[in-house]
Amino acid sequence: MLPLLVELPPLPTLRDTALIMPEIILTLFACATLVLDVALPRGKKRVTAYFSLIGLAFAGVALAQQVAMTASLLPISAFYGMLFIDGLSIVFRFVFLVAAAFSILYSIQYLEFEREQRGEYYALILFSTLGMMFVATSGDLIALFISFELMSLSVYVLVGYFKRDGRSNEAAMKYFLTGIFSSALMLYGLSLVYGVTGHTNLGLISETIADYVQGGAAETGDPRLLLLAALVLVAAGLLFKIAAVPFHMWAPDAYEGAPTTVTAFMSVGPKAGAYVLLARVLLFALAPMREMENLPGWAAMLAVVAVLTMTVGNLAAVTQDNVKRLLAYSSIAHAGYILLGIVSGTDMGYQGVAFHIMTYTLMNTGVFAIIIALHRQGVIGEKLDDLNGLFSKAPGAAVLMLIFILGLAGIPSTAGFVGKFLLFGSLIDSGNPWLVYVAVIAVLNAVVAFYYYARFARAMFLNPPSESAADAAPLLLMPGAQAALTASAVAVLFFGIYPQPLINVADIVAQSITTIYAQSSGIALR
Amino acid sequence: MILSNIFLASEPARLFIGPIGILSLVIWLPLVGALILLFFDKRGVDLIKRFATLWMAVCFLVSLPLVLLWNYDASGLQYMETADWIPAIGAKYQLGVDGLALTLVMLTTFLGPIVALCSWNYIEKRQKEYYALLLIMQSFMIGVFSAADLFLFYVFFEVMLVPMYLLIGIWGGERRLYSAIKFFVYTLVGSLLMLVAVFKFYFTAAETAAKRPTEVRAAVEVVVGNNAPMRGMVLEGVETARRAGVARAAQSGGGSYDGAAPLGTFNIYALQAIGSARDGQGQPLVPLSLQLWLFAGFALALAIKVPMVPFHTWLPDAHVEAPTAGSAILAGILLKIGTYGFIRFNFPMFPDAAMDSTVASVMATLAILGIVYGSMVALAQKDMKKTIAYSSVAHMGTTMLSLFAFNPNGINGAGLQMLSHGVTSAALFIMIGSLYERRHTRLIAEYGGVVNAMPAFSAMFMIATMASVGLPLLNGFVGEFVGLRGVFEANIVWAFWGTTGIILGAAYMLWLYERVFLGPVKNPKNADLPDLSAREWAYLTPLVAAMIVFGVYPKPLVTFVNGTTETVVRQMRPNYFGDKSRAGEEKAAAPVAPDAAARR
Repeated sequence: MLPLLVELPPLPTLRDTALIMPEIILTLFACATLVLDVALPRGKKRVTAYFSLIGLAFAGVALAQQVAMTASLLPISAFYGMLFIDGLSIVFRFVFLVAAAFSILYSIQYLEFEREQRGEYYALILFSTLGMMFVATSGDLIALFISFELMSLSVYVLVGYFKRDGRSNEAAMKYFLTGIFSSALMLYGLSLVYGVTGHTNLGLISETIADYVQGGAAETGDPRLLLLAALVLVAAGLLFKIAAVPFHMWAPDAYEGAPTTVTAFMSVGPKAGAYVLLARVLLFALAPMREMENLPGWAAMLAVVAVLTMTVGNLAAVTQDNVKRLLAYSSIAHAGYILLGIVSGTDMGYQGVAFHIMTYTLMNTGVFAIIIALHRQGVIGEKLDDLNGLFSKAPGAAVLMLIFILGLAGIPSTAGFVGKFLLFGSLIDSGNPWLVYVAVIAVLNAVVAFYYYARFARAMFLNPPSESAADAAPLLLMPGAQAALTASAVAVLFFGIYPQPLINVADIVAQSITTIYAQSSGIALR
Repeated sequence: MILSNIFLASEPARLFIGPIGILSLVIWLPLVGALILLFFDKRGVDLIKRFATLWMAVCFLVSLPLVLLWNYDASGLQYMETADWIPAIGAKYQLGVDGLALTLVMLTTFLGPIVALCSWNYIEKRQKEYYALLLIMQSFMIGVFSAADLFLFYVFFEVMLVPMYLLIGIWGGERRLYSAIKFFVYTLVGSLLMLVAVFKFYFTAAETAAKRPTEVRAAVEVVVGNNAPMRGMVLEGVETARRAGVARAAQSGGGSYDGAAPLGTFNIYALQAIGSARDGQGQPLVPLSLQLWLFAGFALALAIKVPMVPFHTWLPDAHVEAPTAGSAILAGILLKIGTYGFIRFNFPMFPDAAMDSTVASVMATLAILGIVYGSMVALAQKDMKKTIAYSSVAHMGTTMLSLFAFNPNGINGAGLQMLSHGVTSAALFIMIGSLYERRHTRLIAEYGGVVNAMPAFSAMFMIATMASVGLPLLNGFVGEFVGLRGVFEANIVWAFWGTTGIILGAAYMLWLYERVFLGPVKNPKNADLPDLSAREWAYLTPLVAAMIVFGVYPKPLVTFVNGTTETVVRQMRPNYFGDKSRAGEEKAAAPVAPDAAARR
């Protein structure tokens, strides 16, 4: 039995309820947003956006209470181990809230233009965020799967939100079909895990598997083979969600077809949610299967996937002319980098994962915010050429964009560099000679990536502005969005030059991963 | 202002103005200027130009105390500063310059106002951004030479590509987009592979320091010499590495994770000490097989920067397409970072790999190829700027060849060549820029007889040409002479090939001079070119003066460079000075043990 999951109270207590206060607030606000949408007259729908922002703010305040409550950041279980709250879940729920808030801020004006301003959009974002937040707190396969589906289903709808736009519909259909297929795969894998271990609780699963892997229960045959099948199925589902190669095909289409604001949201929020799910399943429940005797563990499998993911993502991005498609491939590549941290299995690697996800959220929403601002009456603003001469038209926006792009490219003095530094460094830190080769491939990938990120800089600073009349219209960004954008850019620079505070936050995540790993697998304890 | 200890024998010079050290001031002052420039109205071009140039000049003046207060009795780093930066990975904001770094910092600050002044007419659009980028570039370049922390060095090393990319990409010639991205990608490949080597060495250093603390401590003495504050800094770095290594060993041995333990040290000199440490039998603590890989990782990045053949192909493109000031900065300073890196990292950190006979001969062969190939190609160019660009390949080849002689003369010569090439090639590029401003062409065939219209300019160009060729009493001579002498001591065949560089250099430079300046005016457009303007006098005079002064009296430079050289040679060849004194003087004193020699 796990020490952190024993002595459960007979009924959910007030304490349990208090632990999910942010989620309760979010649920209420999401439902209220839907109601408000019906109540408001046409032309006033914008209020729902502000209302949902207030909801996110309240959820953030409630979450901040938890930071104080769990001062030690040790896991606290609630609802009979169905949920548990540790450093990872607290940090990442903040990330989700920020991602959702930024996406909403950047959406308001865009939806006005498209005449699609409706409350259900914001309600869906809140529901999706709710799903992510539960993913981060789930300690049980059932809870994990349900919350993950809540997150995904909301995003499927969001992708198809422009119902009169053929591209949006196509993207939603593609994403939905492939998405539920992968969910089914994952569910089947999870059912196998349940079948072998007899538990749905992540901690208990982990403990049981640790026994099997160490050669216990051998009289009933080798359960490891069945576990391996389960692992492959679960991993396939998970890798699909983070768009890792070879499960990445949906991403460019979905990113391109979706409304740009939704692309911005799904490239950070649900993506981060999927990483958390991956961390929970691989680094907690299936942690003992990292390396197994005579059988491939998931570490080797993930290393291959990571190498493929970043290489394919980066190479494919080089030839793209559509910014959204390009960023889709770039986010595939970044998924590869982030997997490296999980592969390395070191503290530095986990720090890198958390650090990179946090800063990637800022950088990617920032880039998309500029793309959204380019979207004006008569200008779609999705082609790389639409950025031409941006510096002479809107120097502020161009400089902000440059900061985000340099961050994504991982140039020193931006936070993107520190994230990559930790991720690549962790490969060498692991002491595994094979991972040194992986590191070499990773840095070469960073060069390729730089090449296509440089195309942004080239378009904005080096190319002359195009002469079309529609282009002459000024860039529009509402004050709230401007503030968010500037804050992101300042954060990207600040945490690039002085990353220690954010590394400390990332270390909370790393410590909670290593803590539960040590406690659950029993390898380090016994 | 606290001015302390400069008269004590072995105390290094220090200068703090409040909490800000002089070195920090020199690094960040240009960046401050760039920020101030942002508030200028972009239509007030004259004001922008004047402000930027004046600011550069102020930065140069601010850097002068570095030389004036220098303590010639202390070895190693002076003007040290240290502050915590990223404790999680052990990176610190540590600065300090030794003799070689000091001269390179001075070269950078010296060229600053000159490149700003020479751009006044050349740059015709977006002046505000241009001068801001020049100032930013200046900060990063000084930072590269003053960093005492590898992480800090790396940040400067890579981030400096961004302003350079924009300088070439916005204000460059016809093929600027291609050249800019080529420059960036080339350099990035090298520097990112170097990053992998940095990681590997970082973790290896921690292990080594934990396993063999005594030997490492002995090696520290070689690095720091009589410099007590530097000893403190390096020992702290070594101690950090040792604690990191112990914690890692405990963790992998099944122990618990020690959250308080550092991850390692990035202090360059602590890493040097660990890399050059040897056990009682004279074997390196870091095994040769690993050293070779690390050497390769660093060498690739630096060889691209130098550039050595066959990694030189970015250079002609970048140099030719860049605006005048960009070319001058590239040739004058950026290329030096490559050779500086060899002296700072490759030699002291991986001495056995560097001195490995295969490695040394491969590097020397590449250097010789660079000399011969660069010179030959320079001969064949139709574009003046390309001739000078390829001459850089040849000159840097000579520098690299001198380095791989591994003796004091060779390394001293390399250091001197870096400085003289920095001044001379910058001057040549700037002068070609002046011609270009008048005629808007750089083709040699378009000129001829320029001396008739522009006598003063031609005289200046003559001096620069002669300096580049290596005429005695001009700055080029000292470095090449000392360097090639060092190569002669090491390997006579290399020296033979190295000398061909001087002969070929004379050929292409003099031929260039003849075709452009001498003879009758062939092209009527050249008949009434105006001679030097007051502004041109202002920026060419210091350059030419520097060539003559340091050609006639190179002793100050030699003194500065030699301080670094001796330390590097001691680290690489612990017995070098010991053997010399025994063989030369035949004293009755007891033979010097290698360890003792190392400790002197």
